[in-house]
Amino acid sequence: MSLDFRLVVDRGAFRLDLALAVAPGEVVALLGPNGAGKSTALRALAGLTPLTDGHIRWDGRDLHTLPPESRPTGMVFQEYLLFPHLSALDNVAFGPRSHGASRAGSRRTAALWLERVGLAGQAGERPGRLSGGQAQRVALARALAVDPSLLLLDEPLAALDAHTRLEIRSALRRHLADFPGATVMVTHDPLDAMVLADRLVVIEGGTIVQEGGPAEIARRPRTDYVARLVGLNLYRGTGSDRAVKLEALTLATADRVEGPAHVAFPPSAVALYRTRPDGSPRNLWEGVIDGLEQHGDNIRVRLTGPLDAAADVTPAAVAALDLTPGARVWVSVKATETRAYPA
Amino acid sequence: MTATIATGLCLVFGVPLAWFLARVDFRGRRLVRALVTVPLVLPPVVGGVALLLVLGRNGLAGRWLDAAFGLTLPFTTAGVVLAEAFVAMPFLVISVEGALRAADPRYEEAAATLGASRWTVFRRVTLPMIMPGVVAGAVLCWARALGEFGATITFAGNFPGKTQTMPLAVYLALETDPDAAIVLSLVLLAVSVAVLALLRDRWVSTS
Repeated sequence: MSLDFRLVVDRGAFRLDLALAVAPGEVVALLGPNGAGKSTALRALAGLTPLTDGHIRWDGRDLHTLPPESRPTGMVFQEYLLFPHLSALDNVAFGPRSHGASRAGSRRTAALWLERVGLAGQAGERPGRLSGGQAQRVALARALAVDPSLLLLDEPLAALDAHTRLEIRSALRRHLADFPGATVMVTHDPLDAMVLADRLVVIEGGTIVQEGGPAEIARRPRTDYVARLVGLNLYRGTGSDRAVKLEALTLATADRVEGPAHVAFPPSAVALYRTRPDGSPRNLWEGVIDGLEQHGDNIRVRLTGPLDAAADVTPAAVAALDLTPGARVWVSVKATETRAYPA
Repeated sequence: MTATIATGLCLVFGVPLAWFLARVDFRGRRLVRALVTVPLVLPPVVGGVALLLVLGRNGLAGRWLDAAFGLTLPFTTAGVVLAEAFVAMPFLVISVEGALRAADPRYEEAAATLGASRWTVFRRVTLPMIMPGVVAGAVLCWARALGEFGATITFAGNFPGKTQTMPLAVYLALETDPDAAIVLSLVLLAVSVAVLALLRDRWVSTS
């Protein structure tokens, strides 16, 4: 029993084409920049956008031939789309009622789900009177109340403020852990994806560019987008033994790699000097400061030169080294802080 | 009285027609929309003539109706209702279609993912969301039907107790008994003002 699908959707010049299998109980996050086709994929799974080609199968049964109302899916929309004229209870009861439950039966199911998401006290409220976090939980309860095999979440936390988000994220994680079916979630927030999903699938330009566990993706990004997402410097070159030859220079690495390879290192592993440092670390080059920006407690320095890179330094170091845009600095990275892996 | 029945008739046919115009993309939609709004620009007397030509005893459809069911519409109470509905329908259709276009179709999609059939979606999601538009349209429609003169007198005539409507009675009374005409006019004025005042409240409370 599992979900497997191949979605092909043509939209003018844009073509979405991705194939994936999701096990029951598994949470897969589709991650990607705007316009990558994440939401289109989710709509296609729900039956709201027709497939140009491909299939959706659950437990060997074809779902792509069914209209949206006959698919065993529950969907949480980005703006929740709670029916404004119905109370929270009736919103949740809408699904069971549409599936043929009696009025009283569907209300009992709805009350149970509202209690599970901790909103038993808000059952009679109209959506307009609920806070963002409460509305999100009602939307989740409404999707789960139809007892779906496939749960679809479209940017489930995007509409929440930072504080509520933290709270709802951990609550959502608990509900997803209890959910026995397959879950496909769309997000552009790497943190949401890493916390909530068992597996990340990165989509760019309508196709899958990388997939794997959160730790794997964070350690070994394969595209600039993923690298930026997880905050790493990423380069592509040719490996030979413990070095990767890039266009302008060769980086010494701790890992042994042969042939086409990626090298990645975090901005915190980059050290900056005003004068050429003694003891010559193996990876040293002269760069130009392109810009400075606040990044947490540190300052992130954007560098150009033979290699575009980001470096994190303390505000004190910025002052002591007199780092200003346009200044030339020596840049070094310890080989032991880099990671090299086949491309 | 006939205005109310005419409004009911408009609701039964007008709301589905508006839904069709707003949500289904079909060939000739512009033509249908133009036909629906024709009574709005047509002088009502011309509308009455058109109705007579189509549904009159010797009209295109009227002849057939007469032969098959022994049904004649002109110069009957049913004829009055029909004439009023014909003239008042555009107000309802335009108002409801506007409300449908303004309503977010994603709510309907959400309802579909919850297992609701098209009819359930319309009844439990779409209709409640466009209700202010339907009410506004129905009131305008009713007001137009109430004041209808031209199409009614052309198509249904002016038989007291059968096809005589308020405006027709006023017109007749003006020639025989001016005082009665003034009283009738005042009644019509009061009813119209009351309805429009209610409608305005509705608009204010929903906006």
